[in-house]
Amino acid sequence: MHPALQGLLTIIIGVSACIGYFYFSNQFLDKILLPAKGPKAGRNITRANQIRPWLFLFPAMLALGVYLAYPVLETLRLSLTDRDAGGAFVGLDNYRQMFGESKFWEALRNNLLWLIVVPAASTAFGLLAAQVTDRIAWGNVAKSLIFMPMAISFVGASVIFKLIYDTRAADTAQIGIMNAVWLQFEGGLGSFLFLRILPLLILLSFAGIVGYAGFIIGRPLWNGAYRAGGGAMKVGRAVVVLAAVWLAVLALRNVIDVMTMSFPYGEPQTWLTIPFFNSFLLMVVLIWIQTGFAMVILSAALRGIPEETIEAAIIDGANPFQVFFSIKVPQIIGTIVVVWTTITLIVLKVFDIVFAMTNGQWETQVLANYMFDKLFRASDWGVGSASAIMIMVLVTPILIWNVHNARKEMA
Amino acid sequence: MENIAGTKSSLTWAVHIATVLLVVLWLFPTVGLLVSSFRTADQITGSGWWAALFTSEQNEVLRAADPDEARVADGQMYVVSGNIFADNDSPTDKEISVWGTSSREIAAFQAGQTADLGDGETLTLEANGDYVWRGTEEQISGRGQRMFITAEAPPEFTTENYVTILSGGSTTDNMSKAFFNTLTVTIPATIIPIVIAAFAAYALAWMEFPGRALLIAIVVGLLVVPLQLALIPLLKLHLGLGIGKGFLGVWLAHTGFGMPLAVYLLRNYMVGLPRDIIENAKVDGATEFQIFTKIILPLSFPALAAFAIFQFLWTWNDLLVAKVFLIDATGETTVMTNQIVELLGTRGGNWEILATAGFVSIAVPLAVFFALQRYLVRGLLAGSVK
Amino acid sequence: MATLNLTNIEKTYGGKVNVNVLHNINLDIDTGELIVFVGPSGCGKSTLLRMIAGLEKITDGELKIDGTVVNDVPPAQRGIAMVFQSYALYPHMTVRDNMAFALKLAKKTPQEIDDAISEAAEKLQLGEYLDRLPKALSGGQRQRVAIGRSIVRDPKVYLFDEPLSNLDAALRVATRIEIAQLKESMPESTMIYVTHDQVEAMTLASRIVVLADKGIAQVGTPLELYERPENEFVAQFIGSPAMNLLPGEVVTTGAQTTVKLAAGGSIVSAAPTADADKGLKVNIGIRPEDMVTTSGDSFAFEGRVKMTEALGEVTLLYFDKVGDNDAVIAKLPGIHRDLRGNVVRMSASPEKVQIFHDGQSLYYR
Repeated sequence: MHPALQGLLTIIIGVSACIGYFYFSNQFLDKILLPAKGPKAGRNITRANQIRPWLFLFPAMLALGVYLAYPVLETLRLSLTDRDAGGAFVGLDNYRQMFGESKFWEALRNNLLWLIVVPAASTAFGLLAAQVTDRIAWGNVAKSLIFMPMAISFVGASVIFKLIYDTRAADTAQIGIMNAVWLQFEGGLGSFLFLRILPLLILLSFAGIVGYAGFIIGRPLWNGAYRAGGGAMKVGRAVVVLAAVWLAVLALRNVIDVMTMSFPYGEPQTWLTIPFFNSFLLMVVLIWIQTGFAMVILSAALRGIPEETIEAAIIDGANPFQVFFSIKVPQIIGTIVVVWTTITLIVLKVFDIVFAMTNGQWETQVLANYMFDKLFRASDWGVGSASAIMIMVLVTPILIWNVHNARKEMA
Repeated sequence: MENIAGTKSSLTWAVHIATVLLVVLWLFPTVGLLVSSFRTADQITGSGWWAALFTSEQNEVLRAADPDEARVADGQMYVVSGNIFADNDSPTDKEISVWGTSSREIAAFQAGQTADLGDGETLTLEANGDYVWRGTEEQISGRGQRMFITAEAPPEFTTENYVTILSGGSTTDNMSKAFFNTLTVTIPATIIPIVIAAFAAYALAWMEFPGRALLIAIVVGLLVVPLQLALIPLLKLHLGLGIGKGFLGVWLAHTGFGMPLAVYLLRNYMVGLPRDIIENAKVDGATEFQIFTKIILPLSFPALAAFAIFQFLWTWNDLLVAKVFLIDATGETTVMTNQIVELLGTRGGNWEILATAGFVSIAVPLAVFFALQRYLVRGLLAGSVK
Repeated sequence: MATLNLTNIEKTYGGKVNVNVLHNINLDIDTGELIVFVGPSGCGKSTLLRMIAGLEKITDGELKIDGTVVNDVPPAQRGIAMVFQSYALYPHMTVRDNMAFALKLAKKTPQEIDDAISEAAEKLQLGEYLDRLPKALSGGQRQRVAIGRSIVRDPKVYLFDEPLSNLDAALRVATRIEIAQLKESMPESTMIYVTHDQVEAMTLASRIVVLADKGIAQVGTPLELYERPENEFVAQFIGSPAMNLLPGEVVTTGAQTTVKLAAGGSIVSAAPTADADKGLKVNIGIRPEDMVTTSGDSFAFEGRVKMTEALGEVTLLYFDKVGDNDAVIAKLPGIHRDLRGNVVRMSASPEKVQIFHDGQSLYYR
């Protein structure tokens, strides 16, 4: 049978089976099992209403259980067994093997880099885009164009950006815009401004922002302030401070590199093969896709800010930047956190982009692709499962945070 | 803020300029792909796609028509005349600025000038390519006179690549099968989860039963479970159950993976419907099933549409689930994302194929996106903003 | 068409701690009555209505409609119709479909449905709106559709849950009159109406049920509640400004009672007392509008006018507080701004004076 026909048939069978299930199970409950008639009518109605929710829930619960809950446990089990030894229990051997691989550490390091850069850049660009588009007449058109990459697959986006990063031999026309632009630099004043001063400013402001954020978050620790929170909170703060210090130092160290590095002017570069730098080129793809998402959410949040608070600030003499940073941003900080965590989740699962653009070569490996490699190339289910569990471990804090929030909301 | 007295217009300009910059930056990559997909392989390698949008200056070497066939006697002299572009099967919409008759002096004459080729032999070339070549019998013989032409050519595009990708070409290039496979994966994988999730969401939103709060918390938790975890156990399960790799497996997998978001999104929306309406329906005599089908479902249309768009985009754009649960060794069931990844490997340099294939794969999501953006935005907001 | 009997009705919300919201409710409602439930917010008046509708389970006690116990009967089979505060119109259905929904579910024939709808539409002047969606209607029209939707079902009991509180002031008066006329045109139908608006209660009700502190404070006709409140709560709840309460002690008893007030004055009430009541600590209650100025020596209350509010047809006098009682307020006809700052003596005629002991009126012993 032709797959399209099969698909059509599936829709019809699937949908009518679902609806039929719901309809007949309800009929059975109300008419046959517990009819709302006779002397026991009242009791029967009460009982039927106790059973009915489970009828409604059953297919969804089944799907959730089989396709998400069971695999989590099964993966955990597989990560402790060895497929070649007939599924024997091997304890933490797979993890030990994984931790011994340099490719794993490379993937983990890259993942952490992605985790910092992509949500930060997407949220920042999204906030900027939301702020500027909300204030102009053609803002909706601009928004919809910035939002558009959201509809494009990671694979499609990879093709798009491969064209941008494309490299041709030195004496032929460059068709990748990046090399075309690169060849304009010849080491003159323009090159100095764009390739030395601009990165210097970016790195310094990054180090500054990270350092400041670390300072703000860590301050309660050494002030002994009551706001420091409980033990878990303190550990969390300490981790954030350490990460901030590490990032700031990393940024400052790169300052020296940027200032002293000699650039190969006039030679087209194969960008995706330059270690470390190429990871950022892959991140650009995801930032390009996710900025629209951040913009849409943040723009709604910005519009939800009571106009009066802004007007009061203007009457108090705040300039537009002060209005933005002191009045608007603090009021949408909750939404910013939601956007940030959502993008973080997407980053943790990012697979297609790396798979399609470099397949993890040239030190661009990430966990999801590492896992795919282990599973389907090396056929090593143990280590593959172990790396899947690593991803799970990384999302767990967000999972707990989300569940916590959801419960708070319902209470 | 526009109405506030004394606001500087410079800031407004800065906002406009910043927006233009952002939009251009965000649009540029996609436009590059779109433009490239309409260029021939030679054009793509000849210049960057951005050059294709403007009039380009081309240098060509063309010959006049074969004198032995085309010459016409004009008294003592012989004449060959015609259009230099038409005679050489070159596009005729170009405009000649300068030309020459030797490779050392390709810009010796302006268009419309008459060149003296010596011994009375002359050649006149007009800007539109019309030429008149006049001389004695010996002069107007042998091969046609060479002309070195510098011409302005307008932008030029072709739809040939799309023909190749959609209906012709080799099996690796032809995307039509992958296109239909993708469609076959997508539509059931969008509709079935909606039906199942809608019932569950209603139960979680409006029915009282013990454990409801816990179930909602579980759904929220499963929302973030990376589907990477599910790959091996489910592949094992599918192989064990005899489903194997195929459409049924991928439909089931997408249904399962889409379920948390579907339930969560629909429940959030349904819980916001007015309680009075539902109670009024109860007083009117509707059963729970009737309340669901006649009241809740019609009123939840925006949320249903939002999830449908999400799930459609997600299943259409998916690579991982298809690779694991659908695509077998025969490659008969390949989907577009997978075929593009393969093309990236086998035809990494053939941008006319890659760009067109890429654009074919993103065209449908883009159309859906622009048509139903309103619902997508609403769904995003329902799912994220608290 | 229908009688309702509530016997020892209880409502307790479960959970970690059981919360008792209604306790020992006993009430009999006759055919053709329009009963209004009033009470402060949170007194359980809406809960009681929803229990009658079947939207809340009855924890204990018995609810009978037309003599049949209906505790376990689902809402649709109780023969009731309900009009919600938010109207609860189905937004995706036209006015006609909104009205037809219940009838279709009850498997009525199209002819019956059409007849019922056109009759109701005529009664409520909805004829030209039948094919519109609710969002294309004004607030008052939506309210009428909500009422029409209940009329078509021809129920035994109509339930109204604060149906006018979403309307603006002018529309509220107009719709209130429409409901009163509707009731007159259907003398046989029983209606129960929940409101927090006293004016609605006083103008619409054949009897008012005042709910307070988990129970019924008093049931009676509007004038009974106004003239002879059973207890201090009802006395102060009905009427605006609230009834003045002044502490005192019974000095003479008999067919009429004289009370010497703690603040100095004394007053005669038409409430009868027995000899044993002499020396009883009581509160006397006088409505502000029943207070009159007096120049003689027999006054109930003497005080300095702290502030006046001239409302046109009446003037409110606010007196300095005496002790820890609420400040006394008097409502005099006409304009009396000149009284501000003066010391004024007030009295009231005996039949307008209530006497409460332990919060309960001596008229009801």
